[in-house]
Amino acid sequence: MSRYRLIDGAGLIFLAIVLALAVLVPASNLWLAPDSALHIPDYLVPLLGKYLAFALLALALDLVWGYCGILSLGHGAFFALGGYAMGMYLMRQIGSRGVYGNLVLPDFMVFLNWQELPWFWLGFDHFWFACLVAIAVPGLLAFGFGWLAFRSRVTGVYLSIITQAMTFALMLAFFRNDMGFGGNNGLTDFKEIVGYPLQWAETRAALFAATAVALALGYLLARWVVTSKLGKVVVAVRDAESRTRFIGYRVENYKLVVFTLSAMIAGVAGALYVPQVGIINPSEFAPANSIEAVIWVAVGGRGTLVGAALGAVIVNAGKTWFTGALPSLWLFALGGLFVATTLLIPKGVVGAVTDILGIRRKSELPAAPGVVAPKTAPAEPAQ
Amino acid sequence: MLSGLVRLIAFAAFCAALVAGPACADAIDDALSGFTTDKYDDTDKALQGLVATAAPNGLAVIEALAAGRLLFDPESKTVLYKDASGALKLAKTGEPAPAELAGKPLKTVRVNNRLRRAVDAAGGAFELRSPDAAKRAAAARAVFKTRESTALPAIDHALADEKDAAAKKALEQARAAIILGKADAPEAERAAAAATVASVADPDALAALRTLPADTPVSVKAAAEKGVAAIERWATVANVIQNLVYGMSLGSVLLLAAIGLAITFGVMGVINMAHGEMVMIGAYATFLTQSLIGAYLPALNSASLVIAIPVAFLVAGAVGALIERTVIRFLYGRPLETLLATWGVSLILQQAVRSVFGPSNRTVQTPEWLQGSIEILGVSLTWNRIAIILFALAVFFALQLLLRRTSLGLQVRAVTQNRRMAGSMGIRTPRVDAMTFGLGSGVAGIAGVALSQIDNVSPNLGQNYIIDSFLVVVFGGVGNLWGTLVGALSIGVANKLLEPFAGAVLGKIILLIAIILFIQKKPRGLFALKGRAVEA
Amino acid sequence: MTIGGEVTSALLYLDDVSVTFDGFRALNRLSLSIGANEMRAIIGPNGAGKTTMMDVITGKTRPNTGTALFQARHDLTRLDEASISQLGIGRKFQTPTVFDMHTVEDNILLALKTDRRPFPVLFSKRTREEKERIDALLERVRLTASRHRSAGELSHGQKQWLEIGMLLAQEPKLLLVDEPAAGMTDQETADTADLLREIAKTASVVVVEHDMVFVRDLGVKVTCLHEGSVLAEGSLDAVSANERVIEVYLGR
Repeated sequence: MSRYRLIDGAGLIFLAIVLALAVLVPASNLWLAPDSALHIPDYLVPLLGKYLAFALLALALDLVWGYCGILSLGHGAFFALGGYAMGMYLMRQIGSRGVYGNLVLPDFMVFLNWQELPWFWLGFDHFWFACLVAIAVPGLLAFGFGWLAFRSRVTGVYLSIITQAMTFALMLAFFRNDMGFGGNNGLTDFKEIVGYPLQWAETRAALFAATAVALALGYLLARWVVTSKLGKVVVAVRDAESRTRFIGYRVENYKLVVFTLSAMIAGVAGALYVPQVGIINPSEFAPANSIEAVIWVAVGGRGTLVGAALGAVIVNAGKTWFTGALPSLWLFALGGLFVATTLLIPKGVVGAVTDILGIRRKSELPAAPGVVAPKTAPAEPAQ
Repeated sequence: MLSGLVRLIAFAAFCAALVAGPACADAIDDALSGFTTDKYDDTDKALQGLVATAAPNGLAVIEALAAGRLLFDPESKTVLYKDASGALKLAKTGEPAPAELAGKPLKTVRVNNRLRRAVDAAGGAFELRSPDAAKRAAAARAVFKTRESTALPAIDHALADEKDAAAKKALEQARAAIILGKADAPEAERAAAAATVASVADPDALAALRTLPADTPVSVKAAAEKGVAAIERWATVANVIQNLVYGMSLGSVLLLAAIGLAITFGVMGVINMAHGEMVMIGAYATFLTQSLIGAYLPALNSASLVIAIPVAFLVAGAVGALIERTVIRFLYGRPLETLLATWGVSLILQQAVRSVFGPSNRTVQTPEWLQGSIEILGVSLTWNRIAIILFALAVFFALQLLLRRTSLGLQVRAVTQNRRMAGSMGIRTPRVDAMTFGLGSGVAGIAGVALSQIDNVSPNLGQNYIIDSFLVVVFGGVGNLWGTLVGALSIGVANKLLEPFAGAVLGKIILLIAIILFIQKKPRGLFALKGRAVEA
Repeated sequence: MTIGGEVTSALLYLDDVSVTFDGFRALNRLSLSIGANEMRAIIGPNGAGKTTMMDVITGKTRPNTGTALFQARHDLTRLDEASISQLGIGRKFQTPTVFDMHTVEDNILLALKTDRRPFPVLFSKRTREEKERIDALLERVRLTASRHRSAGELSHGQKQWLEIGMLLAQEPKLLLVDEPAAGMTDQETADTADLLREIAKTASVVVVEHDMVFVRDLGVKVTCLHEGSVLAEGSLDAVSANERVIEVYLGR
């Protein structure tokens, strides 16, 4: 029977590592002596947490790209929207500790001479509300956008281009001061989250652990979707869209479900990212960020979930190292990575490793069509 | 030696004074004495006195007064000024001040805001007598702006012997502006003046017509209101025309940036995210060409921009062909991978240029023949805007011609329509691929020459155009150069027409959303190819 | 338009259907009717409109004018591909299109007649009946031994059969089959003809085919299309004897 297990070998290793990190990183940071070789210094905890938030974003992207064949160049927008929702909560938590000491209004609103909180800021003094918005707003945007795009059968690069235009438009919008999201400077100077100061090592450790758990849960959710029958339909859509239509599946609805779910996961990733880096500003919407996220997935191996998360960590760790040691070479390295990955390892690291080891069994999930050029399916209209 | 020089100058000044005439000199002395009382009213009178006597050194005195360099000695009541270089001179004659005055505690003639207007007007009155007709006209326009009634005698005087048509017209308009506000002028003359002022149709004319005092006669008021209405009507029309032209010029920029993409993406189907960098390379090629010509062949300086066109085409085209041979050709049929790989190429190119030329902006000179502007029907158009519109259209039609009328164009069309068939007909398809991609990239390089005139030449130049270019091509309809033309111009014009209502950023956002929605409605763009061929 | 007995008794009823692409008339006032459990062979030269006709029936192309009714009550010109498929119209492409990355078994599973909405699909579990259906279908298209292989690894003939198996899994009332014998060995061609005849016992089948031997093998009513409309209709012998058919298609 080709019923796929929810957790396969790679998944088990992945979950074990992520959950072990969730425990070990905070433990090492908080309880090991600073001179111990295994001690993780304070600055590293939020950095690792940032990588894991990116890994969750990569996971979301892999769900749409690796499995459904939709190359979204706008997932950074969903990530940033989730981040802004969390940022708005954190702004409200500052209370009267801002520069202007206004109990209700964030500093930038006082600076702009606003008299009262705009309606869309109401409710953000509640943590649960911010969490809800961080998921719901990206979900709604993806639903609305996808509903229009998929129904009119915008596919392939056309879809990629308009997703890029979407995040570009949002970036311009959030740069505007009168939008009420802090304009150019974005939201920053956060003080505390659910009552715990963000400066505390304990708070940061807890945020890291929460991110790791979210990554594990996100993986399980994504894995559950792709191993379900819906997952099979979605892969069918990726490989032979019109065949799927002709056997009676309304393709646009399937794309919509996956796209919306993916956007919601990306929103969660953004919400976890912001308290750890301490700032969210419109440049998070920059189209370049979304494309960079795509390369994480490509490097790790699309259509593998684990690979996407791995790719996000590898590339970002590389970025941290490069920008510290050889800043002028980082863009060469990143650009080279784009070219080399697509030309040399289209299946990504995970795909290449499994190919080399020959451990991919027949019953494993269908991998991305990387090296299978469309020559094999000539009847399918070119996308 | 020095004393000899002083003596010589003193002699010259003496001769000048003789020429000016003694009677005149007295009046000037009277006028100048007004500066020494340290009272604003007296200073005002002194100014008018200077204008009335047409003092030969008046302009220098007035300029010094405006700049706070007009001084007087409270003891001897001598008026002096420092010229721009700081040398102390006598106000009356302009000759160097005697040494004994220099050591004294001199006071500055003070000016307040009310006086400043009078100073400007007085300065204008002197300019009205300039030997240069353009300067006289400019001075008349300055008077038109201030409507300073004290300038009226000077205007009348100037009008009397004005020969230059443009200057005469400007003087008449200035006179009308003064008469319009002059309470003691005849009513009919004032009403007629209102019409003359209205014919100028600029913000100053509007201000003149609107700020009539309450006790102005009804007929004058009516004429003024009529003039205001006419100006406003014209302003609306002119505004639309201006926005249309600005939109055309923005559209031409978009067309230039997008047209190379219309070939690589529209005709070949290759998603080249490094397209913007081809534009950037073209701009840097322009910079280099100009620098080299400036250093070695300065005689060709004014032609450097024209020389840069083929240079940019060849450099960007060569880079494009290289990218096609080393990266893109392995990815045909895999558009999404092409997109990622070329994005990587774009990062590498940006960083390479940044490493070689540095991260800061480079300046590309605008040749003299592209500077300045012309005014058509009250709408001011800069030459480089017009040049870009014409240039974009020229590139467009040249490309059409190339694709339609040359054997390369025939081969390109054959390969893109049916690669295998073209191959079996003996066309070397890999070579045509490289040539086509090089052509698209070369055209992008040409766009860089034009953009170097209106945008900062920096490593990020291309990034600003890549999204817009793709939207233009998709909006116009892939595979159709005419679609790109119409798409670029309509997006440009729509953008500029939206700007007055929504502001630049919001206008752009609205446009992006509109295009996104449009693509939902018509996924294949404005000029879609129909039929089975599209889907095969 | 008069709605006579032909409309109500026909499973598929096309009347006066025209499709134009940029001035090119792919279908020109085409009228055709297929009865329940009828097998029909469609022949005609390239560009006669055979594929466009299938596109119109399956909702891929909207006709400019004309009527397309299924079971006398479903207006095919207003439905999308998925709805038409769910009505019971299955389509086999000229080149076999199966889901290469999925196993043979999963290809059949996805095609089984079940709820097609995303959420029921997401939560669905494979039932015993479904398993039995899959087993039976695999047996019928002779792919039981290959059930765990990915479809991409199958031979051309096997893919054709897998595709037919997928169509059967939909339990269609009308099957549109585009050149099923193309690229097959003689034995496979004969087997395919048998299979189609068997299917025609429970469903209507429209076969587009160039291979005259295969058409003769099927032994059914033949419609010859030319330039987007019906040129001749009847038994293969009658159609092959038609002067116009010989002239434009069969040759002398």
